[in-house]
Amino acid sequence: MNYKFNIIDDKSLECKIVEFSNANFKLDSDYILNNFKIAFKSFGTLNKKKSNVILVCHALTGDQYVTGYNPVTKREGWWSRMVGPDKPIDTNKFFVICSNVIGGCSGSTGPKEIDVNTNSPFGGKFPSITINDIVNAQNYLLESLSIKKLFAVIGGSMGAMQAIQWSLNYPDKIKNIIHIAGALKHSSQNIAFHEVGRQAIMNDNNWNKGSYNENGKRPETGLAVARMIAHITYLSENAMHRKFGRKLQSRDIISFGFDADFQVESYLRYQGRSFVERFDANSYLYLTRAMDYFDIVDKFSKAIEFPAIPNKHINYLVVSFTSDWLFPTIENKEIVKKLNYFNRNVSFTEIETDKGHDSFLLDELELDFTINGFLESNYRKLESHE
Amino acid sequence: MNNKFSIRKDWSLIESLIVENSRILDIGCGEGGLISQLEKNINAKTYGIEVNSELARKAIAEGLNVIEGNAEKDLDQYSNNSFDYVILSQTLQAMLKPKDVLLELLRIGSKAIVSFPNFGHWRIRLQLLFTGKMPMTKGLPYQWYETPNIHFFTIKDFENLCKELNIVIEKSIGLTSSGKQFSISKKLSNENLFTSEAIFLLSYQNFEPIKLKSKQKTFVGNSIIAR
Repeated sequence: MNYKFNIIDDKSLECKIVEFSNANFKLDSDYILNNFKIAFKSFGTLNKKKSNVILVCHALTGDQYVTGYNPVTKREGWWSRMVGPDKPIDTNKFFVICSNVIGGCSGSTGPKEIDVNTNSPFGGKFPSITINDIVNAQNYLLESLSIKKLFAVIGGSMGAMQAIQWSLNYPDKIKNIIHIAGALKHSSQNIAFHEVGRQAIMNDNNWNKGSYNENGKRPETGLAVARMIAHITYLSENAMHRKFGRKLQSRDIISFGFDADFQVESYLRYQGRSFVERFDANSYLYLTRAMDYFDIVDKFSKAIEFPAIPNKHINYLVVSFTSDWLFPTIENKEIVKKLNYFNRNVSFTEIETDKGHDSFLLDELELDFTINGFLESNYRKLESHE
Repeated sequence: MNNKFSIRKDWSLIESLIVENSRILDIGCGEGGLISQLEKNINAKTYGIEVNSELARKAIAEGLNVIEGNAEKDLDQYSNNSFDYVILSQTLQAMLKPKDVLLELLRIGSKAIVSFPNFGHWRIRLQLLFTGKMPMTKGLPYQWYETPNIHFFTIKDFENLCKELNIVIEKSIGLTSSGKQFSISKKLSNENLFTSEAIFLLSYQNFEPIKLKSKQKTFVGNSIIAR
């Protein structure tokens, strides 16, 4: 460990930030980050043996505020219903850590942060980021906190990608993985949707090749459109129909114009507008790209067949949702099949719901029940063995 | 499918057929009652498949390795000889292609334990003979139009199929409808009449080179070398 680090309390972000220096952190793109920071929050109490640590990995537009108050959105954290005292991931028992991914925009090093070499924001000059880089940065964070073992790594969507990447990079550090609505690779269709979103941002005149922070005008229109497109992919046709149908918005008759006549239009516009208040357009570009680049089909197979670092001890739980067409069951099941072929410990369930990909964030009691039972029973087993 | 008493009886018989510290796959494991019993009692390393997602989740929540899946579609994901025992309890008669399933059991497991209701039981024969309607018993309590049991067969049928497929019957146990237990002898006489439920321990004793069938198997190894 040649790097130095400094843990600070950030009052305005209401979280902790670890500042690493002299890190010589080599990214997949060969870019070397010497100075970077990771913003994180923790919940619950670390036990003496340090055996109750759970790392929660957030999705594309998530942040470290997994539960409790989020000072940026001024709302409850994005998985408050799942994480907290007496919640399915019970912080009375577990010590939960959630950090903002590198490349993000909630306090960790990302395109909107200042590049110490130039003293101005990275903007479009930020290096390309991969899921592998994100996970390696999380490992720096855990080292700085002197945490050597994770009882579990949990994530949905882009968080699931990180969770499964953890099993490749640091299998010896983890005991359990909960992979929700993810895949071993980002599909062509998913890359296509991301590309449309990125084009919307990059074609916004304010984008300015990513250097918009200097002139103060941000590519809000482009980012809002990107969010609107993405939001459609998080839902399902049935859920949209159930919620909106063809209902009109604050009017009795159609306008014969291009106002938001339909409720679904008004809803999407609202989603776009509110998103730009909390998210950075460049981060959106970089992180969607990180997801696009994700393809560990071969690496995962090899790691399971010929583990360079032992990984046979890991218990995997894979969960998918019937109406998720972004990360459909068949993609999730690929992981299960590979693990089963090599006699690994894997559990799998497909939850019946019409709420689409977003189900993992929503009120799904079956998901709560499964995650809670999986964690607590495996924790009991671990404790009784020691 | 049966009442609790008979399932428990079934479980303890199945347990008696298994040596300690084995790797076991239970197909149609429900909430995982049998496999958790086997983990506890004979230190087995267990896995399960269950088609009903709610039951599968209950098993997962108990910390068992259970995947939601179907015996007819999902066995192909396991490599040859992955398990010491593969259990198919009270389910073969509900399969679309029971013969294919039986072959799969012995591909992925060195031994298979199969239990099923015997359609040759005298009560069933008499019911059909005298009422002229499809029989209904404690073990087979469904009307013909709603029964999940779509392939009825008798002990004799099953033994003939095993013979045809070169499957060795290592042990076979019969249970009468009152729960009395006896071993089914090679020479079938009255057993097919009195057995209401049968449990078979099967293998391909004569076919050692199964391991050589797949080149990958040598690398997989986990089930053989690292055990």
